[in-house]
Amino acid sequence: MSDTPKTLLVLGATSDIGRATAHWFARAGWNVMLAGRSLDALGREADDIATRFGVSVTAHALDILTTGSFADFLDGLYCLPDVVVSAVGLLGDQGRAESELAHAVEVVRTNFEGPALVFDMVAARMIARGSGTLVGISSVAGDRGRASNYSYGAAKAGFTAFLSGLRNRTAGKGVHVVTLKPGFVRTRMTEGMRLPGLLTAEPAEVAKAIFKAVEAKRDIVYVRSVWWFVMTIICAIPEGLFKNLKL
Amino acid sequence: MTRFSGWNRYPVVDQPLHAARDRRDVLSFSTAGTGRVARGNGRSYGDAAIGVSETLSTLKLDRMKSFDAASGLLTAEAGVLLADIIATFLPRGFFPRVVPGTRFITLGGAIASDVHGKNHHHDGAFGNHVQDLLIVTPCGELVRASRSENAELFRATIGGQGLTGTIIEATLRLMPVETGWIRQRTIAASDLGEAMRTLEENDGATYSVAWIDCLARGAHLGRSLVFLGEHAKVEELEGGAPDKRFPKVAPPLLGVPFDFPSLALNKLSVRLFNEFYYRWGARRVGGPFQVDIDPYFFPLDGISNWNRIYGHRGFVQHQCVIPTERAASVLAEMLERITHWGSASFLAVLKKFGAASDGLLSFPQPGYTLALDFPMRPGLLEFLEELDKCVMEAGGRLYLAKDARQSQATFEAGYAQTVGVFRSLRQALDPVSHVKSRLAERLGL
Repeated sequence: MSDTPKTLLVLGATSDIGRATAHWFARAGWNVMLAGRSLDALGREADDIATRFGVSVTAHALDILTTGSFADFLDGLYCLPDVVVSAVGLLGDQGRAESELAHAVEVVRTNFEGPALVFDMVAARMIARGSGTLVGISSVAGDRGRASNYSYGAAKAGFTAFLSGLRNRTAGKGVHVVTLKPGFVRTRMTEGMRLPGLLTAEPAEVAKAIFKAVEAKRDIVYVRSVWWFVMTIICAIPEGLFKNLKL
Repeated sequence: MTRFSGWNRYPVVDQPLHAARDRRDVLSFSTAGTGRVARGNGRSYGDAAIGVSETLSTLKLDRMKSFDAASGLLTAEAGVLLADIIATFLPRGFFPRVVPGTRFITLGGAIASDVHGKNHHHDGAFGNHVQDLLIVTPCGELVRASRSENAELFRATIGGQGLTGTIIEATLRLMPVETGWIRQRTIAASDLGEAMRTLEENDGATYSVAWIDCLARGAHLGRSLVFLGEHAKVEELEGGAPDKRFPKVAPPLLGVPFDFPSLALNKLSVRLFNEFYYRWGARRVGGPFQVDIDPYFFPLDGISNWNRIYGHRGFVQHQCVIPTERAASVLAEMLERITHWGSASFLAVLKKFGAASDGLLSFPQPGYTLALDFPMRPGLLEFLEELDKCVMEAGGRLYLAKDARQSQATFEAGYAQTVGVFRSLRQALDPVSHVKSRLAERLGL
């Protein structure tokens, strides 16, 4: 580690996982850039982090659906960060996505298009510099599509494939890409759902997994390893059987 | 519907428990109904943080806003826990001026109950160190209050049990400390008189409190251990390597994983506990020794859910303050009644208070405060009425943050000088009772 503090950029920083991640890195002395839709909400998080950890925190407006703004957004950062984490995500409502085109589009664009396009642009800058790490929070829902959330799952599957390709592209160029699959996490996204304790992580656990994955240059990380086991089984079920299951 | 209660698990209610994510949620909640009250971490003992119809949790208002090391001023949202403040600022050499017996309370709750600590005789209650407040009034206005701005509202909110609106942010002065250690001295007192004398003689100590063995009778009535404490200076540290200046603040190690059977706390087990605790503490009578902040201030925080040892029926706290001149005789009479009643108090704590706070319904006033807790059982409420009578006749009062059952008459007698002002302020602030807790309903506030 060099003497100057490193810098983290969190996309979707007002989400529970985004916030926890920013806290985890700030506690380790990193400076933090927070990006999200509401500057008000970001300012609240920025003050909190600066007060608790005494690091430098800045807030940056970013709407992940406004792809045309990405270049200006990146140019507006005071430096190219060492690590970028995308905690952007929208579970949406599968029933609505099936009947309401606009909602389905929003789910796909929020979970796939937006994060992927920003990452592509960041990766180009990191490759030019010769260093950096990108952490994409994807989902176990992208490992196999299920009736209950396949719009979300398909978008995350797309993001997972994108991250895999990006990792392939940046390998050997000093830039590392992490695909993180949290499984269930107790957040606003899952509020009100009944979640199985063993399979459910706290946001701070996800943050810790991200920090460790960055340090250890891991490629694909299930936050709780039991999820690797669960998804291996689910992916091994023959399609003829799987299509009749209610999962 | 959520089932919840105060920390003492009596009374228990089923009602909507909403969670505010930010101040906008508080603003929109405040005027959308009646009979509601804000709730912090649910550590008060009774019905102060239970609405008549609905309750609003402020636990997610947990952001800190700013800290100035030169002045020690911290601004934070009301749902931040004292535990969080201590974990953040003790390693930087700052500590809250006043801490109660648990660090798992919110900033908003500490203010609404105007909590006190072992240093009340010097430093007053929590509210004394609060500089200003941001309050969402019952009619949905965002108002700043301090000793110079909206001073009436400020005085009513310090110790006001959340009845003047929802505190959403506060600025608090932390004090610098050289280390995270306390130099503790334990003095054994053979009876109540000696315990009171010891507290009196050690008025110069920063922290002082007495634990009473509630089962000692006759000549030993009020047998106590008096715990004194000072913040340790760097040069006083034992084996003081510089990295040991601030001990790590530990999470709770032990838990009580299930409700004890309600019979577990019977007279025998309470006697054994008191005997054991007395002997354990008495081992260290004499010269000062060094403890870290957790066991000194928050001994029960080491056991999460300790309230479950009282079983599902819960328990009731009784904490009074008796004016100094009457304290010796009245407290002796109360202890006498307790030993004769047959069910002992598990923990009994005696403390000398200093000057009263400026909060209208703040509890502390000059005198001696005695805190007791009793497992819930038939006949207890009637017995506590007898204790109330002793308190009332002596011109004392009960602590609202530890009250689940006192009568309106007892309350009005205890807070006679300020209750009228509080009521008219509340009437003006909240004519339709947007804000009302079960406690407010019970005490006619």
